[in-house]
Amino acid sequence: MKLFSQLNTPNTRKISASESSKWTDQRVEVIIGNLLRLGVIIAAAVAFLGGIFFLFTHGVERPDYRFFNGEPSPLRSIGGVISEVFSLHSKGVIQLGLLLLILTPIARVAFSIFAFLEEKDHLYVVVTLIVLMFLLFSLSGGKL
Amino acid sequence: MNYLELTAIIGGGAFIAGLLGALTGLGGGVVIVPLLALALGVDIRYAIGASLIAVIATSSGAAAAYVKEGYSNIRIGMFLEIATTLGALGGAFLAGILSTKIIAVIFGIVLIYSSYLSSKPKENHSDNIQSDPLAVRLRMSSSYPTSNGMKEYTVHNVGTGFGLMGLAGVLSGLLGIGSGAVKVLAMDHAMRLPFKVSTTTSNFMIGVTAAASAGVYLNRGYIDPGLAMPVMLGVLAGSLFGARVLMIARVKALRIVFGIVILAMGIEMIYNGLAGKI
Repeated sequence: MKLFSQLNTPNTRKISASESSKWTDQRVEVIIGNLLRLGVIIAAAVAFLGGIFFLFTHGVERPDYRFFNGEPSPLRSIGGVISEVFSLHSKGVIQLGLLLLILTPIARVAFSIFAFLEEKDHLYVVVTLIVLMFLLFSLSGGKL
Repeated sequence: MNYLELTAIIGGGAFIAGLLGALTGLGGGVVIVPLLALALGVDIRYAIGASLIAVIATSSGAAAAYVKEGYSNIRIGMFLEIATTLGALGGAFLAGILSTKIIAVIFGIVLIYSSYLSSKPKENHSDNIQSDPLAVRLRMSSSYPTSNGMKEYTVHNVGTGFGLMGLAGVLSGLLGIGSGAVKVLAMDHAMRLPFKVSTTTSNFMIGVTAAASAGVYLNRGYIDPGLAMPVMLGVLAGSLFGARVLMIARVKALRIVFGIVILAMGIEMIYNGLAGKI
């Protein structure tokens, strides 16, 4: 991967520090932008397929959303959703799509850590790690 | 109503919300909750869960288009995300404690404020006065492309901006919205960033902030696949379509109409909250 090969040869750069930082910022942003778009496309495709499957099998059922019961526990965690998908439950497939969507911005933050490492910007490596920590804490359901 | 009918109605409503959100720049997420809770009688907790999903979808979907223009400032964005993600976690926990009536009233107030903000023209508060010392330490100053080449800008009141961003995060986690209105206060008014920089940086942050509360909502069982699927797909399709027709639409008239719709929804949310109907 280009990103890492550059990491080992910083002395070959001829442009000034601020220019190179700017240039890397822009390049990394474009990579991250495409990563986000890809994440959204995959998530939407999975949710769409799950949705078609779900409407075929449960379309005529009448849900009641006026009263809050909460989702059954398999749809509440990453492990649960994955096992629902393997049991071919349509709701599990939709939920996987939603989960992939939630993971997309988290992947963006994780990727930014490498970008700041490459720029040797240790202050922002720490800042980004803090943000990532909050995100992972949330994903675990606030039970670390 | 069965799932097929519900999916068609919600998908259509979400498409219009996404379209209007993209055309007016006000974000479609803010109308998803009133749409589900007021028009379809969905419990507000399910509505908020579905809305968070819509917010992540539009933010991440638009980011790819924004980055190419070189406006967004990832250092400012990442630093302020400490405040928004922490606030969002707090908001998500608050959502589990507060009664749905109080949540509805707070939602109504935010809607009315957003509507007021949409009626005012966007101002550029950017200048070249020396940056806040904290902003210098955090290397936040940068430049952005204009028609006259690259323009430098400085950054002010980092502490106030950080605090307001924490509030934006709390509201985002509590109400399942992008909190664009509060982010404008923080970045345009307090930190005095150029309008284009603040808009694109804020869009970059919205998805990350929403993801910080979405995890908690998922674990609590607030995210229902039958509701979130048509909301996500509808809003995504609407906002992508909106970005395409942006050039030909009469945005000014639309902003006024959408502002009035948001105001009406805000009043109804407060009324229903106080009357105990939510």
